[in-house]
Formats: sequence, C-alpha cells, structure tokens
Amino acid sequence: MAQDTLLRINDLKLYFRTASGVVQAVDDVHFELAHDEAVVVIGESGCGKSSLAKAVLRLLPRNVHTYSGQVFLNGTDVMKLSDEAFRRQVRWVNMSLVPQAAMNALNPVMRVGDQVAEPMMVHYDVNRERALEQARRMFEHVGVPLDFMQRYAFELSGGMRQRVAIAMSLVTAPALIILDEPTSALDVLTQANIMNMLKRIKQEMETSFILITHDIATSSELADKVAVMYAGQIVEVGDAARFFTEPLHPYSRKLMASVPRLRGDAEPEFITGQPPSLVGLPPGCRFASRCPARFDRCDENPPVVADDGREVRCWLYDHGDLSTPIQNETEMEQVQTE
Amino acid sequence: MMQANTLTIEDTTETQNGTVLSVQDLRVWFELRRWGFGHAGSVRAVDGVSFDLGYGEAVAVVGESGCGKSTLMKAILGLHLPTEGDIVFEDTAISTLGSRRMQWYRSHVGYVQQDPFGALPPFFTVGRILEEPLIINGIKSSTERQERIRRALTEVKLTPVEEVTVKFPHMLSGGQQQRVVIARAMILQPKMIVADEPVSMLDASIRVEILKLMRALQLSHNLAVIYITHDLSTVRYFAERIFVMYAGQVVEKALVDDLLANPSHPYTHALLAATSDPDAANAETFREVPPGEPPSLVHPPTGCRFHPRCSHAISGLCDTQEPPEFDIETAHLSKCWLHR
Ligand SMILES: Nc1ncnc2c1ncn2[C@@H]1O[C@H](COP(=O)(O)OP(=O)(O)OP(=O)(O)O)[C@@H](O)[C@H]1O
Ligand SMILES: Nc1ncnc2c1ncn2[C@@H]1O[C@H](COP(=O)(O)OP(=O)(O)OP(=O)(O)O)[C@@H](O)[C@H]1O
Ligand SMILES: [Mg+2]
Ligand SMILES: [Mg+2]
Repeated sequence: MAQDTLLRINDLKLYFRTASGVVQAVDDVHFELAHDEAVVVIGESGCGKSSLAKAVLRLLPRNVHTYSGQVFLNGTDVMKLSDEAFRRQVRWVNMSLVPQAAMNALNPVMRVGDQVAEPMMVHYDVNRERALEQARRMFEHVGVPLDFMQRYAFELSGGMRQRVAIAMSLVTAPALIILDEPTSALDVLTQANIMNMLKRIKQEMETSFILITHDIATSSELADKVAVMYAGQIVEVGDAARFFTEPLHPYSRKLMASVPRLRGDAEPEFITGQPPSLVGLPPGCRFASRCPARFDRCDENPPVVADDGREVRCWLYDHGDLSTPIQNETEMEQVQTE
Repeated sequence: MMQANTLTIEDTTETQNGTVLSVQDLRVWFELRRWGFGHAGSVRAVDGVSFDLGYGEAVAVVGESGCGKSTLMKAILGLHLPTEGDIVFEDTAISTLGSRRMQWYRSHVGYVQQDPFGALPPFFTVGRILEEPLIINGIKSSTERQERIRRALTEVKLTPVEEVTVKFPHMLSGGQQQRVVIARAMILQPKMIVADEPVSMLDASIRVEILKLMRALQLSHNLAVIYITHDLSTVRYFAERIFVMYAGQVVEKALVDDLLANPSHPYTHALLAATSDPDAANAETFREVPPGEPPSLVHPPTGCRFHPRCSHAISGLCDTQEPPEFDIETAHLSKCWLHR
C-alpha cells in the first residue's frame, strides 16, 4: 500500500513572461512520489524550486507564458481539470502548500485557531464548530498548546507561527503537503523541533511531503528521496541513502561538497561561477560552464539516464550505467565520435 | 602567531600581540516603556559578559535568536551605551569617548551586518559607497582614495574594478553585495571587524565562499574578528575560539576544537545535538531537543538561566544560585554547576 504512486509529474513546464524575455523557471521536470513518502527538492536560490511548487498546485501569477505537462494524482491527470474543478477537488483537499515565509503571512487580525479552521469550512463546507474541532486536533499534532488558538499571530514566536502555518496545511487531511523552505528563518533548536514534528506527522498521518529547501543538512532529516534542481531542471533524483553517500551528477557532487559540516573534517568547497540566467538559455547542459567534467558533448542537451531507481541528466552516464561515469579520455573521445 | 597566507596584499598594519578588546562585566539593559508611574522593568539583553580578544584572533559567538548577540555587538561598536561594565579598546574605555574620538574608534572597527540588501544605500554607486568613509576620515587626495578603493575591491575579488565601481547595489547579486559590505568594512584598514550573521541571508552555496574570503582577509591582515552566528556548522572553518551565549550571558568559552570535542555546558550539548549534517540516517530518528523556549529577559530565571530546560539541573542549587565560570581545561570555561 505504501508503495503505490501518489504523484507523477511529466514534462512539467512553467515559463514566465518578463520585460527581458521568457523565464524558463520550470523546464521539463519529471519525478514520482509514492504514498507516505517524502521527497526533498534542493538547489540554489533562483533555480525554480518555488515555481515548481506553484506549478504543481496551479498557483499561477498573471505573467505565465507557458504552463504545460502532466501531473497525475492517484492516476488522474489533474492538469486536464478546469480551474474550478482543480480548486474543488485538488488544492487543499488532496494537496496543500506551506508557502515560503508562511509564518510571516498569517492574517494579523484573525485568531490563529480560526485561521487553521478556515480551509475546512471553505473546502468541506462544515460548520465553524466542527472546523474548530478539527483545528484543535491539528494544533495537537503540530505541538501548539490549545489555548494558543485564541491568540493572534504577533503574539506567537516564529517557531510557533510556523507550526500554525503547517497545522493549516494539514487541517483538510490532504495526502500531500508541499513545504517551501519551512525552517530557513528559524534557530537550530526550533528547526530541529519542526523537523521532529514533520517526522511524527509522517508516521501518524501517513502524509507525503515535497520539502523544498536550500538547507541540505536539514533536508536529510525528512528525505526518503532527493531531487536536485538546477536552472529550472531536475538534474538528479534518487533515494536519500544513496544520494547522501554518493551523489551522481557533477552539480550534486559540488553541492554536497559545499555543505559545511559539524562533524568530520572535510573542508567545504564552493562552486565557482554562477548559475545561468533562465532567460534565453542556449541548448546544452545548463551546468556545463561550471562543470569540472565538461566535454564536447555537453553542448547538446544531455539525456536523462535511468538505472536502478535513480535518474541523472548528464552525458557522463550516457552508456546507461549509473555505477560508473565515463572517466578516461579515450572513453570521452569514443562518446564524442559515436 | 598568525601568518599572512595565500593572498598577496601589501599589509600596512604591523603584527601586534596582546589584547585589542577587553569586555568587562558588560550589561546592556533596555528599559521597558512605562505605563503611568512606576518602573516596568528592563530587558536584560546582555547581562554580565566578560572576555578578552587578542590581535588577529577570530572568535565566534553562537546562540539562539534573542539571546543578545546583536546587542553585545552594538555595544562593542559604541551604538549602545553599557548599563554597567566597560568595553576597552587598546587601553581606551569607549564609554569615555567624545564624538570626535568615537569616530577615531569606529575607523578602527569594521562592521559587516546581516542583511547586505539593507546595508548599502540604494542610490549610491559602489565607488561612492566605498569613497564615503575615506572622505569622512580625512583622506584628501583623490588618487589615494581611488587607489584604496581599487585595493579593497581586489581583495574581496570584485573585479574588474572599473566595472564594479559604477554599479548600483541592485545590479549585484546578494553575494556580490556582501563583498561590497566587506570591502567597506575593510577600507579604513581596521584592527577589528565585527560581523553579525554575515552569511545567513545568502544562499547556502555562496556562504562558504564568503566565509573563506573573510577568513583569508582576517589572516592576511592580522584582524581581530567577532563572528556572530547561529550556525554551529560554519564555526570551525572560521574561528579559533567560540563563546556560547544563552539569555544574555556567555555560558561556555573554549577553543573551537575543544568545544566540539569536549562540550561542557548542557545548552552547548543541546545546540550540537540539534545541528544536522547531511545523512540519510537522520530521517530514521528524532533529534533530541530540550523542552521549552528561551526565557524572558525581563524576569530571567533565578540561578542558572538554563535550569528550567536542563535535564541535569540540581534542585536547591541550579534553581537558586547563579553558577560562576568553572575551568574545564586550559582556556575552556563553563558556567555550570555540574563542573563545580
Ligand atoms: N512571477 C514571476 N515572473 C517572472 N519571473 C519569475 C516569477 N516568479 C519567479 N520568477 C523567476 O523564476 C526563477 C525561479 O524563481 P523561484 O522563486 O522559483 O526560485 P527558488 O528556487 O524558489 O529560489 P529561492 O531559493 O530564492 O526561493 C527566478 O529567476 C525568478 O526570478
Ligand atoms: N533597542 C531595544 N530596545 C528594547 N529591547 C531590545 C532592543 N534591542 C534588542 N532588544 C531585546 O533584547 C534581546 C536581545 O536581542 P538581540 O537582537 O541582541 O538578540 P540576537 O541574539 O541578536 O537575536 P537574533 O539571532 O534574532 O538576531 C531581545 O529580547 C530583544 O527583543
Ligand atoms: Mg523559493
Ligand atoms: Mg541579531
């Protein structure tokens, strides 16, 4: 039961129209998520993580240029639904979002208990009593004392406000919750508390998560699976156990090597150069200009190579075997002359 | 002591030994707004902090939000007057400085603040931003000013200089803006730099780069640095010594390596236990976190301020008497009764 697919995303694109051109914020993204599974999406600022969340939940700004692809939820392509049907059947009911900086976006003039109850009233058409009762259960799940329901957002600490925002996303009991940078602005102890809470919710409520973050160390607290995003694309997806010990894509490797660690004595390294602008991207691998393993082939769009449950978008694995990248120069030449 | 490393920069400050800054039983209290008559009490943001900082030494100050890190730093910069205690910079107590001498002091102390986006005036070019402190501090020759700007920008690796100086802050990435902030802090060739969360607003991927840059400048210029952070995982790449702060007080002082190998205060243990390294095994277990939240600084707990959250608290002692600093090993102090 825990293994069947909850969410399958294919060729998802979200481009924005801007004065300087079309921003390819989400470009041909695909990955899968099982029931009761947590995938973390990691990548640098501006790589398209929040845009991916918006694309999945169809929370689109006005300047959309392209929005296409498939999002299968329990086998149904929800991209085909009308906006009205999507709002009624999908958002909140099946998938909800804790937006980036949600804890600072709570309504200042509404008691937090009422705020958490509101989605129940809107989406399940229940009365206030019942909605508040459900909200109370959520406060218990996220570890906020029940008497805090009467308070306003400004009367709560940052950590408590973030818990309230998470309670709100949980109240309609969706199968999937997307969390966009839920702990970035918080202290270590508060961060650890929130991650503990998410783990407990995952166990107790069998919720699936997409956790978006650039904090790689913290992401490992929840990850069953890791997706690495670079310049609008997912460049690697795989299970956490293998990803954290041996990332495959050259960008993933650089990214992991840049994480400062408390334990052990590896010196963190930084990635030289900057990610490309998402406007007017040339063909070819988007990481090529910063890649230590770059070769001629990288001027063409790299293939997505799948092997043994992992996927990498990189020419180094074009021979189809993810256990060994192409290493020596003769092999590279062979690839080039093929 | 410290040797100039990789960066080849002509260094005008000669290497000095001894203490550049001495903080003595510092208290900074903020009086609460009064309603009607009577005294509503004070926020004891910094409450009895003492330490010496040597020339060329980098010390990290870690602790949770609201524990008083920024207040301590602002007092050192002369922006808050001490309620009690002294801050002595090279034999001069800064509370005794008049405004002229205060300017002299500030020219010796660089400041790198948390938010590069708010730190730079938006309508000034980078060149103008860096020239301003030179003009204020009486460097009359324009060629010398330009030369200093060129040198500072080269040091923070913002080149070509001619292209950078004409840019406005919004044309730069967050990392580049923070380099400008660092260049500005360095431009008067200070003896000490205070950096308040210099990388927390930046993307994780460029934090390491900025920290390494600051470390290289610190070593090559023999700068004393106070590095404020709540991210323990970056500390050992940046500082020799570390102070752990809780509720307005420093509860543990040690060399970074000693603290990591042999943490002493229960609060330090809690911080370390809550800090993750990337590891798939993390998802299998829950992290240990002490219960509760940091206390009010208006009515801090009696005795040890951490005792209400501490699983080792000894009743009749920790809840009634404030612990002194106990010696753990050389240069390692812990403000905890467990070490009496
Ligand atoms: N509504 C919009 N119109 C135009 N461009 C946009 C819009 N929203 C996002 N972008 C651009 O799309 C790119 C991806 O942005 P997004 O917010 O998804 O990144 P992110 O990975 O979430 O970054 P961060 O880590 O900083 O939150 C950026 O270049 C951003 O400027
Ligand atoms: N000017 C002020 N007036 C009154 N209270 C203040 C003032 N400045 C700071 N405080 C209070 O003093 C305490 C310490 O604040 P401080 O900014 O020094 O903490 P911090 O350790 O830097 O926290 P953070 O990690 O969030 O930056 C807080 O309770 C804060 O609300
Ligand atoms: Mg984002
Ligand atoms: Mg602060």
